[in-house]
Amino acid sequence: MFTTATTTSQKILQMFAAILLFVAVIGLILYIASRFTGKRDRAIAALYLAPTVLMLSVGLLYPGLRTIYQSFFDASLKNFIGFDNYTAILTDAEQLTVLRNTAFWVLVTPFLATAIGLIYAILVDKARMESFAKALIFLPMSISFVAAGVIWKFMYEYRPDQGSIKQIGLINQIIVWLGGKPIQLLIESPLNTFLLIAVMVWIQAGFAMTVLSAAIKAIPDDIIEAARLDGVGPLGMFRFVTLPAIRPAVVVVLTTIAIGTLKVFDIVQTMTGGRFDTSVIANEFYSQTFRSDNRGFGAALAVVLFILVIPIVAYNIRQLRRSEA
Amino acid sequence: MTTAAPLTTTPVSKTEGKKLSAAATAKKKLTSPWASLAAVVIAVLWTIPTFGLLISSFRPEDAIKRTGWWTFFTNPLVTFQNYEAVLDPNEAGANLPASFLNSLVMTIPSVLIPLCLASLAAYAFAWMNFPGKNVLFIAIFALQIVPLQVTLLPLLQLFVSWDIDGTFWTVWLSHSTFALPLAIYLLHNFIKEVPSSLIEAARIDGAGHVSIFFRVLLPLLTPALAAFGIFQFLWVWNDLLVSLTFAGSPAISPLTVQLSNLSGTRGTAWYLLSAGAFISILVPVTVFLLLQRYFVRGLLAGSVKG
Repeated sequence: MFTTATTTSQKILQMFAAILLFVAVIGLILYIASRFTGKRDRAIAALYLAPTVLMLSVGLLYPGLRTIYQSFFDASLKNFIGFDNYTAILTDAEQLTVLRNTAFWVLVTPFLATAIGLIYAILVDKARMESFAKALIFLPMSISFVAAGVIWKFMYEYRPDQGSIKQIGLINQIIVWLGGKPIQLLIESPLNTFLLIAVMVWIQAGFAMTVLSAAIKAIPDDIIEAARLDGVGPLGMFRFVTLPAIRPAVVVVLTTIAIGTLKVFDIVQTMTGGRFDTSVIANEFYSQTFRSDNRGFGAALAVVLFILVIPIVAYNIRQLRRSEA
Repeated sequence: MTTAAPLTTTPVSKTEGKKLSAAATAKKKLTSPWASLAAVVIAVLWTIPTFGLLISSFRPEDAIKRTGWWTFFTNPLVTFQNYEAVLDPNEAGANLPASFLNSLVMTIPSVLIPLCLASLAAYAFAWMNFPGKNVLFIAIFALQIVPLQVTLLPLLQLFVSWDIDGTFWTVWLSHSTFALPLAIYLLHNFIKEVPSSLIEAARIDGAGHVSIFFRVLLPLLTPALAAFGIFQFLWVWNDLLVSLTFAGSPAISPLTVQLSNLSGTRGTAWYLLSAGAFISILVPVTVFLLLQRYFVRGLLAGSVKG
């Protein structure tokens, strides 16, 4: 039951066994809980929370703390080396490129995706076929980053510039139609990083559009009516009515996309594998830890990622509190 | 953590009032034809990449290699051979039918387990009194911000020491664990909105915590459970990082890992990559089209996960 399932029937059996085992655990908890009658809240709460607390302690808390600890060790995780891993991240030329790329990602993606999402939400608001128009932009959100990476890799495909060879990637074909020479889009740095960022923008714009569209529709009609009676023009309406009203939603969208972008791994992994100077922290973490067996260093990268996420989340929570107050 | 009480609000508003919204007014004056044109341009830009690969997946291998997919409209050649090839393990070097099953086997328990555990925990936080309740709730809430990367290596070492590395258990356990903080937070938000008079009435009728949970709360919880369930389903189905770390071996690797490998090893075999990509997005897109409303809610609710 706890071995590697290899055949189809083994896999399905193991899946049902896991579900059954789990149902049995829950059943046991509920059975014991039902034996407690009256106001024995404490005992029942402890039962209800036991599996959760156990899983979170073993699966999140302990590994997190252990990674922080391991980040002060060398590749073999045997010798304590203090802050050397962190110093290397901040000084090593290759790692500086990784940090630079991560900065590009986090600075460009949220703003571009939010801007496009907002513009589109406004453009299709109350238009004919609004839900269809939205679904088109939102669809990329539902597919995996890997599939999105493959889709865009095909857009960026390059064929050498020789007489009879035709381009099969749309971007290079457009360049050729415009009279230019085809470019090795995914190899030219730093252009390639921005082309990978475009994929993330393509995915996240749908998220931005959906949240912002909901916020726009929630603006009370009487505010709009009052502004109109005051003779506020269309751009003024956007500037003084729409934008202030949806500001909290905009902040949430920006920070959410920023957090997702910091952790981006799949796109880089699928499209370039981090080569040609396109690596970012999350991807570098994976290759250092699992490909190069440079474990202490990988742990330090994971911790850096963690540290970078904290201020964004804190800002996000503060904004939420403010908007709720 | 992002959108306030996301499960109780409907992002896709159904109220289509006759009055123009502020945004609509702004749009009006941007002179309608230009606004429509801009919308169409964005929509086309967003659709073309997928469309191009979809067309290509039905073109013969030779045609994909030699000419752009846009020539399809002047020279339409249609074949299903790419799909046959990518589903044939001998040809593709990637066993997609097996990995499709692996994706499914990985995903189903990874959705059910956290949903049940989180419902129990959320109920305890919402309707029971016990010492340290708030501290524990905030602690679980805070765990949401831990990036997965921080946990992967120590978890792998744990799984090796338990001798379950390379099995589905690693994926089930880790995905279930990672899902808990968000699931508990969302379900708690939802459960605490249930009027306490309902719970009190049941209690006066002599119902214990177990029967209150099943008879009173569970029916009310269905939309929240559906929203989170769909979000988690797509999260696990589309995940690459966790699967690559714990289930990288061909025997149990899911579609995302196989497709990513294919892109790395046979990066120019577009007849395989195009068909493979569309097989991998078949399930999420179907879920999206059928359950769009729940899907959007779940996605909005869970967008900071991981």
